[in-house]
Amino acid sequence: MLYREAGDYKTSYVADSQTFPIKFDRYGYYVLLGFAFLVMPLIINDYWANSIVVPFLIYAIAALGLNILIGYCGQLSLGTGGFMAVGAYASYKLMTAFPDLNIIFVIIIAGVVTAAVGVLFGLPSLRIKGFYLAVATLAAQFFLIWLFTRTAWFYNYSPTGMISAPTREIFGVPVTGPRASAVSMYMICLCFLVASAWLARNLTRGSIGRKWMAIRDMDIAAEIIGVNPLIAKLTAFAVSSFLVGISGALLFAVYLGAAEAGEAFGIDKSFLVLFMVIIGGLGSIFGAFAGAAFLIVGPVLLKLLLVNTLGWPTDLAAHLEIMIVGALILTFLIVEPHGIAALWRTIKEKLRLWPFPY
Amino acid sequence: MPDTLLFALEASLNGLTAGVMYALVALGFVLIFKASGIFNFAQGVMALFAALTLVGFQSGQIPFSHLINAMFGTRLHHFGWNMPTMLAIPATVLVMIALAILVERFILKHLVNQEPIILFMATIGLAYFLEGVGDIMWGAEVKALDVGLPKGMSSAVDEATFNWFGYGFYIDRLEIWAAGIAAVLVAVLTVFSQYTKQGRALRAVADDHQAALSVGISLRFIWVLTWSIAGIVALVAGIMWGSKSGVQFSLSLIALKALPVLILGGFTSIPGAIVGGLIIGVGEKLFDFFMNPIIGGATENWFAYMLALVFLLFRPQGLFGERIIERV
Amino acid sequence: MSGQGGTMLDTNSDAGFMTADGRKIGGVAMEMRNITLRFGGVVAIKDISFDIRWGEIRAIIGPNGAGKSSMLNVISGFYHPQEGEVIYKGYKRPRMRPYQVAQQGIARTFQNIALFEGMSVLDNIMTGRLHHMKANMFQQAIWWGRAAREEAENRAQVEKIIDFLEIQHIRKTPVSRLPYGLKKRVELARALAAEPAILLLDEPMAGMNVEEKEDMCRFILDVNDEFGTTTVLIEHDMGVVMDLSDRVVVMDYGKKIGDGTPEEVRNNQEVINAYLGVAHD
Repeated sequence: MLYREAGDYKTSYVADSQTFPIKFDRYGYYVLLGFAFLVMPLIINDYWANSIVVPFLIYAIAALGLNILIGYCGQLSLGTGGFMAVGAYASYKLMTAFPDLNIIFVIIIAGVVTAAVGVLFGLPSLRIKGFYLAVATLAAQFFLIWLFTRTAWFYNYSPTGMISAPTREIFGVPVTGPRASAVSMYMICLCFLVASAWLARNLTRGSIGRKWMAIRDMDIAAEIIGVNPLIAKLTAFAVSSFLVGISGALLFAVYLGAAEAGEAFGIDKSFLVLFMVIIGGLGSIFGAFAGAAFLIVGPVLLKLLLVNTLGWPTDLAAHLEIMIVGALILTFLIVEPHGIAALWRTIKEKLRLWPFPY
Repeated sequence: MPDTLLFALEASLNGLTAGVMYALVALGFVLIFKASGIFNFAQGVMALFAALTLVGFQSGQIPFSHLINAMFGTRLHHFGWNMPTMLAIPATVLVMIALAILVERFILKHLVNQEPIILFMATIGLAYFLEGVGDIMWGAEVKALDVGLPKGMSSAVDEATFNWFGYGFYIDRLEIWAAGIAAVLVAVLTVFSQYTKQGRALRAVADDHQAALSVGISLRFIWVLTWSIAGIVALVAGIMWGSKSGVQFSLSLIALKALPVLILGGFTSIPGAIVGGLIIGVGEKLFDFFMNPIIGGATENWFAYMLALVFLLFRPQGLFGERIIERV
Repeated sequence: MSGQGGTMLDTNSDAGFMTADGRKIGGVAMEMRNITLRFGGVVAIKDISFDIRWGEIRAIIGPNGAGKSSMLNVISGFYHPQEGEVIYKGYKRPRMRPYQVAQQGIARTFQNIALFEGMSVLDNIMTGRLHHMKANMFQQAIWWGRAAREEAENRAQVEKIIDFLEIQHIRKTPVSRLPYGLKKRVELARALAAEPAILLLDEPMAGMNVEEKEDMCRFILDVNDEFGTTTVLIEHDMGVVMDLSDRVVVMDYGKKIGDGTPEEVRNNQEVINAYLGVAHD
């Protein structure tokens, strides 16, 4: 009977529409935030940061962004990799052109640039729906990558065709470049993730979020009751690309340090983020976190088990991983099309009544 | 005739044969989409899987040997015999039919009445799964595929064009064969769907699931049937592509190229798939031919998608689709 | 009202009249002039003219395929007629998108329920208030000031409608879990939440049992009584139409064959023919 809502009365509409209406959830959330900000920086080491925690934080931002587009607004996109590349290259150009600009602004502006590109490629969504739109976003994916690998201006004419992040500091602590420590990488990604989640939550709970969901559920009816489809779809593309761009910028500047468009932001990245959104749960903020965690931690565990423990060859483990990811997607779609988030909701509903069956 | 024009003509002829490949994959898409409303993203991986299986049978590889070796410390690799092509192809067809049955049993059956977007994502999952299985079963290295189709420059074309234009075109004989086989395949499929009992049932299901069920057509049988046919079409595509450039992962990427083909041709039109494939094939070669000096090469990577995008803005229903009237 | 264009037209803005039960019917709110709507070669509506007055309940009836729903779609801006014009509040309405029509104060329900299945009842009704909410994206993103205030204010309005339609108990239920009759009621709530000047109801009682129909009738009358909402409804149940409406338009094969009070329409020979199925020549 730990988890319950009986007796937790609301006396105002504000209290009733808050993010965690149940007290137990609210406290759990504070504890988690406290742990992430106060305890994790003390215990994190290079291995954990590089193999699990930092990629999780970065991909969670991308999954949040894609979830707004697919899960909330119902516009299928396969161009995530391309948009992440826009964020990465924009941050690279900004860092090299304005060495004095604070890295936080660099990343935010990179997000804004990506939002603009996203809106551009989102324009066809006004006439095209469903699979047709997916193909249109593939055009974005392949064209952008081609542009970044073929136009030397984007990689500052470097002979390798790679972009590499120079060292930038916040309060004298390097967060990008080779001297950045695990803790500083962790902290900057965490701050961006928390801010992104807060932003996404606010946007999806109010009138804009309802416009998106109305378009998702029935676009014609939405237009007839007064939703301007142009604005609804383009704002979804803008917000989604903004977050995806930030995640691309972080992935390149903070995590990878050096990148090449085709290598780091190929179509497989688009699918990876898409899978995170599906497995986590379409139309759920929590789902973006769950999906990112699942697809980042899962392969690491699998590799630990197969390669390190059983001593299997790495290529075999990699193929098994592809197979298992595919099987998981199928299983989730069959068993619970709304992903981990829906499973979690079911568990909570059961918990509320526990120990009674109903 | 000026040289540029001749080169362009040669380029577009080469594009035509690449277009046949796209058309073949798109054809598999259309078959499944018509029968079950599923947009089968895995079609390209099915072609890869079919080709891998064919090579595996031909060379007498032991399936999953890599995995078995890792699990039990054995050193298996080959049975030590080679299967003749005439036996390997039917065996592969059987594998593809078995795959169709498994797909129906374990996936489609559970996803009846789901939204199209969920089904689409399921086929993306299937694509990943099959890719992993194919690699584990037969190994991931690039393999040569030879089923005895003629290869090399077609001297007939070379001579003929030399006599006409004073310049001999280079066309691979394999590609002429591919075009011919594709034409036969389309003809056979058309005859099948127009004149056989199963073909009629298939068209009935395509029109209306409920109505087809109510007159006693087994949906599950039709689904197995269409996925089997799509599997065979995938095998043909896999043989063509594999003979040309080896069996490797890039084969599954042509699945993505088939998407713009479908946009041009419409999701439900077999002639549309063929025409769309040819347009994309020729278009990307010609575009690259003329634009290469101006904006640089490798435009094939995105040309097809951009063409589809622009096309969609003006005709969202495709070349052969009917105008959509929206209702509430 | 935003987006009004065109020139002021001379409509006969008479003072209106009183109904038998003592409600005041105002001047002309909307006038359809010589509307013709074609789909390719099929003529769905043929040269129809009628008016809608402030405060009245106006019914459109007719056999299946008479073009009633098409008429409603013309009013709500979803179909654009090839000929004729719509005069709203004295102005000729220019060709506009459906969402602009909605923003001018015209709300509707649908024949086949068009609720947003992925959202809760509360959220569905809140979508009805979208054009009463003006906070911009940045205010919403930080959920400060206007955005939060607006949300609470509009929630209060929506709660009034929830009370009015007696659906408090399903407030937070996902719409997809509701039975048919309740869905219809939620759809009405969503339309009402917009505080429309004109409310369009497309077969609000189709597929309901007697009890549900009685409830729905009561709600429609109460809405009209309490808020003075002008209502246009399409309905098949003759008894319901005759009881509810102030004036009735009768359509058959895309043409108007009768227009007047229920009493007048009931005695119109052409209407009787259409409903009793006299052979058309």
